Amino acid sequence: MANKLIVAPAPHVQTTQSTASIMRDVVIALIPALVVSTVVFGANVLRVVALSVAACVAFEYLIQRFLVRGPLTVNNGSAVVTGLLLAFNLPATIPWWIVLIGAFVAIAVAKMTFGGLGKNPFNPALVGRVFLLVAYPVQMTTFPMPVTGGAFDALSGATPLAAVKHGAAADVLGAQDLLLGNMPGSLGEVAAVALLCGFVYLLWRRVITWHIPVTVLATMALFAFVCALSSGEGGALLWQLPLFHVLAGGAILGAVFMATDYSTSPMTVRGGVIFAVGIGVITMLIRLWGAYPEGMSFAILIMNACVPLINKYVKPKRFGVK
Amino acid sequence: MKTFPMGGVHPSENKLSGAKPIEVLPLPDVVTIPLAQHIGAPAVAKVAKGDKVLTGQLLAEAASFMSANIHAPISGTVTAVDLQPNGQGLRQMMITIKREGDEWAESIDRSETLVRECALSAQEIIARIKDAGIVGMGGATFPTHVKLSIPPGKKAECVIINGVECEPYLTSDHRTMLEHGEELVVGVTILMKAVGVSKAYIGIENNKPDAIAHLRGIVRNYPGIEVVPLQVKYPQGGEKQLIAAVTGRQVPPPPALPIDVGAVVCNASTTYAVYRAVQKRMPLIERVVTVTGKKLKNPRNLLTRMGTPITTLLEAAGGLPDGDCKVLNGGPMMGRAMVQLASPVTKGCSGITVLSGRDAVRRTAQQCIKCAKCVSACPMGLEPYFLSKMTQKKNWDEIESRMITSCIECGSCQATCPAYLPLLDWIRLGKQTVMGRIRARAAAAKK
Amino acid sequence: MQVLLYTILTLCALGILAAVVLYFVAQKFRVEEDPRIDEVEKMLPGANCGGCGFAGCRGMADALVKRDDISELFCPVGGGDCMKAIAAYLGKAAAEKQPEVATVRCGGTCEKRPRTNDYNGVRSCAVASSLYVGETACAFGCLGFGDCVVACAFDAIHINPATGLPEVDPEKCTACGACVKACPRMIIELRKKWPKNRAVYVSCVSKDKGAAVMKACKAGCIGCGKCEKVCAFGAITVENNLAYIDPQKCKLCRKCVNECPTGAIRLVGMDPLPREPKAPAAPKTAPAAQTATPAAAKEPVKEAPKAAAAVKPEAPKAVEASESKQTAAPVEKS
Repeated sequence: MANKLIVAPAPHVQTTQSTASIMRDVVIALIPALVVSTVVFGANVLRVVALSVAACVAFEYLIQRFLVRGPLTVNNGSAVVTGLLLAFNLPATIPWWIVLIGAFVAIAVAKMTFGGLGKNPFNPALVGRVFLLVAYPVQMTTFPMPVTGGAFDALSGATPLAAVKHGAAADVLGAQDLLLGNMPGSLGEVAAVALLCGFVYLLWRRVITWHIPVTVLATMALFAFVCALSSGEGGALLWQLPLFHVLAGGAILGAVFMATDYSTSPMTVRGGVIFAVGIGVITMLIRLWGAYPEGMSFAILIMNACVPLINKYVKPKRFGVK
Repeated sequence: MKTFPMGGVHPSENKLSGAKPIEVLPLPDVVTIPLAQHIGAPAVAKVAKGDKVLTGQLLAEAASFMSANIHAPISGTVTAVDLQPNGQGLRQMMITIKREGDEWAESIDRSETLVRECALSAQEIIARIKDAGIVGMGGATFPTHVKLSIPPGKKAECVIINGVECEPYLTSDHRTMLEHGEELVVGVTILMKAVGVSKAYIGIENNKPDAIAHLRGIVRNYPGIEVVPLQVKYPQGGEKQLIAAVTGRQVPPPPALPIDVGAVVCNASTTYAVYRAVQKRMPLIERVVTVTGKKLKNPRNLLTRMGTPITTLLEAAGGLPDGDCKVLNGGPMMGRAMVQLASPVTKGCSGITVLSGRDAVRRTAQQCIKCAKCVSACPMGLEPYFLSKMTQKKNWDEIESRMITSCIECGSCQATCPAYLPLLDWIRLGKQTVMGRIRARAAAAKK
Repeated sequence: MQVLLYTILTLCALGILAAVVLYFVAQKFRVEEDPRIDEVEKMLPGANCGGCGFAGCRGMADALVKRDDISELFCPVGGGDCMKAIAAYLGKAAAEKQPEVATVRCGGTCEKRPRTNDYNGVRSCAVASSLYVGETACAFGCLGFGDCVVACAFDAIHINPATGLPEVDPEKCTACGACVKACPRMIIELRKKWPKNRAVYVSCVSKDKGAAVMKACKAGCIGCGKCEKVCAFGAITVENNLAYIDPQKCKLCRKCVNECPTGAIRLVGMDPLPREPKAPAAPKTAPAAQTATPAAAKEPVKEAPKAAAAVKPEAPKAVEASESKQTAAPVEKS
């Protein structure tokens, strides 16, 4: 026979998805938020994003090429996603060298030291962000005002969460402003609607399931509702506080794009729900009683540390076992 | 729409031959009949070189209860009883028959008339099925008479007919249901009588609306039989998945069997064969084989005598396409790749799938990104990524405690992996090793 | 200053307290262990290869110390010397075992055994073997995916890219048997290690009939039995269409090598006998028979008259010389 037979064990079908296509989908899902952010904060946004992505890709390439000397996997796009997410966690006015440091910490420290994609225990972009937050607190918390100006001159560059932390009422911004990103904040956290569009896209493309994001947000809302209830408030605040906490800050960005990061979230649905509840609770604890106005990054990193434990003890429901 | 409770995937269906009626392949001139065409002990040859045999005559007898008879698919002379390579190139005992004419054993009723009534007792039915050498024709080749012999202390509650055909490409069950629906339903009544139940379900996936409508029309006249449309999801045709989809009951992990939840599952083609065996005394000497593939000129469903060389079927479908390709005995999810195309069609061969071009070659495996898609795809609720990794580390105790023996080797995990990891290759090895260790422990305990 | 003082004092107090606690805990939970186990473990090579049947050297040391009869225990890595030393230390009788080396019994190189298909699954012999015949038509031969290479803890076995077959480095091989267990086709055997790494063995494990073997591989054993007939020491048996040379009976006379029509009998570390018809075969039996062990000696007696008939008194000296050198060699070494 002229043509050779190919032999392999079953199955002989492979999915049309690939690591690269998944990363591409995440990037696509982040684009609406990027567009909104550019509209809100101006061209600075594109500068930060471009720098962060380029730096992440470059660091990953250099480390793989010269330090690890393994196969080059930089073309699967995971560094692009890390770069984008890191940029989304930075203010638009951040100096360029801080972006570089953040990218270096994210890729070199948080990702490649553990063996690269799929082996890092902590979300690289968040490690980068938290490092910068601790190392450069001033630059990291100086947020530009939306170029469109708007309703809240009084806030003078403080995020709504920070404003609330310092005594403002939770309805300092209307839900409409929060949804459309008409507020100061880091690049990616300002447009809830755009982020939710990305969420729907990821669900449609079967990149993630709804369990983790919905559980995180629901936990936060419930937590805020109980707090409002126990503080003896009534009326509008009962729904305003939960809504504010879900929409303000990086809650949606974190819940949809960071908490669902494959390698740093549990392998089972049940584990994922536990993980998400943990994130929601810790975020609210930090927001309400902690030193920082925003607790999403810390909450996700803390729960990342619990993932190996969750994977060990939370097993999927086995078929036929009651 | 009903389906099984967890996991599953939906690969492209590619049912190329779904609309093609069953055609009869001309009688082959030479057939080779393996003695091991079923799970269990290989049959014992009852003929020797030089013997003349008639079509339907017993060639080899079941070696034990867990075994099956084998009959001559053509009439002629036995030219050899020796070791021949099977589809995987491994040598097996096979009987070679050279065809002379077309003479049939007398006991067989070859008429097409439908015989509805069956006056036989349960024991007699099972005996006839055993005589005819019927085995599960969906691919598992479990001897049907063993399945129907309910062990003492257990009780069957329903018969479930597997008309799911969840494997992509394959259409032999689909065509059998359409073209032999009436006989099939009589077969169901026979099975119900054999195991003493009054309820039967025919599970059919929703991508075969014509078969669902056709059988629904027929079962109206047969009390106790219900056609259950099922959501299209692989591996719905797996015995445990089908039972769960139809009845909602989950078979506990091994060593529990479907009968532990009161179900007896039988494939659609097998049910038709049961009808023919019991009502017509027709042994299992032919079956419908789907010969299919995107690059084949003429994908079709062929009524083929057992022992026909695969090459004959491929030629009937227009020959192998140019270039390297993968020829599968079965469908693309669970079929076995073949290296010997001269090897014969056997009782469990529901289709020959030819994959070519990019479909034939696996994509390069990459690093696991822990996406957990394999965990959500596993219909048995296992952790494929973990089992695969621990098998490579030879951590047998760990994978045993994570229930690797529950794996049904459906391949959903590997088919859904975006890093193209060979998960099931390893898991299968781990499962074999763990089963071996369990057997060794049991043997040691006996001593 | 006071702060500093308090700090130091507190730390000191804490340290003393911890030391006392640790001391009592250590006393309370001390595990009595025979100190000889440590000593024996030190005497073992420390490869932790598992060749002795224990998980590691510690397990072996434990067994050596605790068991009264250690004749069934043997460390293949340390070999006879190591076992002797340990036995002397423990005052027990050590097992005697001749040195062995892993031997790959397949000669189906890329050119001798054509590939019939492309394997596209996991590169593992165990996986491929449970799936099908392999990339060639031989169901017994080496699959070439290197499970043995992965199993070897001593870097002693490697796939030769030219032949596609594993090759053992006899200097590195410790005969731990890991590759023997790893090979799903049971091709690798631990065979007696001759001086200078000489060896004669049947480099094939195919039990197929001759015709089937020839079809799949040009270097396979076809079970013709010529070697069995020519062997003067009864070292060769043919069973299930496959010849086997018993390393305990073989004297490296090399007659079988020339007899084999397919070249399945491999000769290592020696020149083959000159291919003269019959003549060179005879003289060797005589000296070899003299040095043979009693068990093996019975066989040549039967052969003697036949051999004698063929003998020319002036047999090639060179052959005889080399033969006596070989038989003498083991004595020199041991």
